[in-house]
Amino acid sequence: MTDAVIRCRDLGRTFGDFHAVRDVTFEVPPGEIFGYLGANGAGKSTTIRILCGLLSPSSGHAEVAGFDVAKDPEAVKRRIGYMSQKFSLYPDLTVEENLDFFGGAYGLSGRTLRARIDAVVDEVGLRSERKAMTSSLPGGRQQRVALANALLHDPRILFLDEPTAGVDPAARREFLALVRRRVQAGATVFLTTHYLDEAEYCRRVGLMVAGRLVALGTPAELKAAWAPGDVRVLRGAPTALGGAVRPIPGVLAVQSLGGGIRIRVEAGRLDTVLAAARSADPDVAVEVAEPTLDDVFLAVVQGGDR
Amino acid sequence: MGETPVAVVSGLRHRYGTTLALDGMAFEVRPGELYGLIGPDGAGKTTTVRALAGLLEPNEGTVRIGGGDPLDPRSGVREHLGYMPQRFGLYRDLSVDENLRFFGDLFCLDRKTFLERRDRLMTITRLAPFLARRADALSGGMYKKLALSCALLHQPDLLILDEPTNGVDPVSRGELWDLLADFTTQGMAVLVTTSYMDEAARCSRVGLASGGRLILEGRPADLVAAFGDAVLRVEPGAGASTDDVEATLAREGRAIEAVTPLGTGLRVVVRGDDADRITARLEETTATVRRMTPGFEDLYLARMASTSTGEGP
Ligand SMILES: Nc1ncnc2c1ncn2[C@@H]1O[C@H](COP(=O)(O)OP(=O)(O)OP(=O)(O)O)[C@@H](O)[C@H]1O
Ligand SMILES: [Mg+2]
Repeated sequence: MTDAVIRCRDLGRTFGDFHAVRDVTFEVPPGEIFGYLGANGAGKSTTIRILCGLLSPSSGHAEVAGFDVAKDPEAVKRRIGYMSQKFSLYPDLTVEENLDFFGGAYGLSGRTLRARIDAVVDEVGLRSERKAMTSSLPGGRQQRVALANALLHDPRILFLDEPTAGVDPAARREFLALVRRRVQAGATVFLTTHYLDEAEYCRRVGLMVAGRLVALGTPAELKAAWAPGDVRVLRGAPTALGGAVRPIPGVLAVQSLGGGIRIRVEAGRLDTVLAAARSADPDVAVEVAEPTLDDVFLAVVQGGDR
Repeated sequence: MGETPVAVVSGLRHRYGTTLALDGMAFEVRPGELYGLIGPDGAGKTTTVRALAGLLEPNEGTVRIGGGDPLDPRSGVREHLGYMPQRFGLYRDLSVDENLRFFGDLFCLDRKTFLERRDRLMTITRLAPFLARRADALSGGMYKKLALSCALLHQPDLLILDEPTNGVDPVSRGELWDLLADFTTQGMAVLVTTSYMDEAARCSRVGLASGGRLILEGRPADLVAAFGDAVLRVEPGAGASTDDVEATLAREGRAIEAVTPLGTGLRVVVRGDDADRITARLEETTATVRRMTPGFEDLYLARMASTSTGEGP
């Protein structure tokens, strides 16, 4: 037995005859940031809603913090923080009033609630905006209010469903730094995102295709398994280079960039491919690059379609 | 560049209460151009977009679309304009197909054009199997793709899209951008705001907004080529962790523009002049350092780091 804090076995959920989640099995040990990726409609939010005790599974079994999500959803809810994809704050309340309201919903009150509000407002860096009307804050700050809400009862397990959607790269990094600090203090985080660079913050990543979990591993393991080979950026005329390189056996992927192409090539085939590129464009400049989780995502999603 | 611009924004200033949202915003969008307006929260992107769509009268400055004023209903500008706001309302109790038909009628599309466009959009967004599903039973990203599909049924001279792909998965985003590129080769102009830097890199031109005006504008490839910073891929040495590398970097202060995890190591953006020195410093700690080619996101982060107020999280 492991000491996993999230554990699913053959988890499934149907809506009518549509299978939104099918036979999903995985475990998340404490202290991990676990990334859950997949195309739109793959079943990520449905899985999260089941794990948070908000939606009952149609089949299989899930345990969070040692409690069965179907049998004891209330015990689960007390131990987790959940930031939903469509998080709902009261726009016409101030930041503090929103926290006060949600704190009440968690059963916090009086001095304990005051102390928790002080703590989370500091933790997410909203001290100067406490009295601000929530609707007047830009999107990225509202996301922090939603995170603060999810942290009020100091949960050890956090479910964050696309917490950074629509947030600019600098603010996304700040947000993820907050999440990492929580994890360093011992929390476990279950995260979904469509910014694949964020999955690099995760210790392990699962990929869903049409309700099934089809790949699971560390970012490095996934890259090795799903996006093997050598990656190069060829600077030059994209059309000429693409045309010369595409037909060569062993070329696994070709992408156009502004001012060049990015290629991924089977091990051992690079010399042939680069020679072809040079004869198409003698001035081509070659830069070493590496596989990314975008490559993995593409390979998994396309593989899963077959 | 002699072509007459479709949209001209000049000298926009606008205040909401005590907040200065626009402070000299100015740019042009030409026919066939995919213009990207990017920048952090509060940089003035949505206010600019609303002024372009004729939904907001700026305190100062002018907006012209095809020479006309979008605020003047008699200018006829509205007919040449398509606009998708950040939160585009669909009918939640109607099906995917019923929503599309509603917008098809609104844009006065004939049946044949409607069906052609609908089918193409449904293929690209992979929503075709779900035509009968109610909008409120769609996942977040599917809902967003339906909203975008409704907006794209209409193919006006200028299409304005405010964060059209938030929550849309990477594969669909790529395909939607191929479609936008296709529209622009037919002469349509598109103005888009986005928080995805891979999308910014696909624009014909981008304007980087901060504090209500543009602080940088140009073709993404040119901007990246002129970018003076270096990007290092740093792998900690044996027995060391990324925390150790970060501690070493922290001692370099403002020479470090951005640090992001990458696999088992870090991706570090540093000022070009300091790259060799920092590389040497890291190598002393037995870390492995490799220079990487900067991308658009690196440029964005560096520019934002140098214009920010330095206020912590
Ligand atoms: N109440 C419902 N009735 C019918 N279908 C539903 C219902 N709720 C969800 N679904 C369907 O289940 C599938 C999975 O949805 P889910 O929200 O889990 O996707 P997701 O992976 O979170 O996608 P996204 O990336 O867009 O957020 C979708 O096809 C969705 O339309
Ligand atoms: Mg979702």
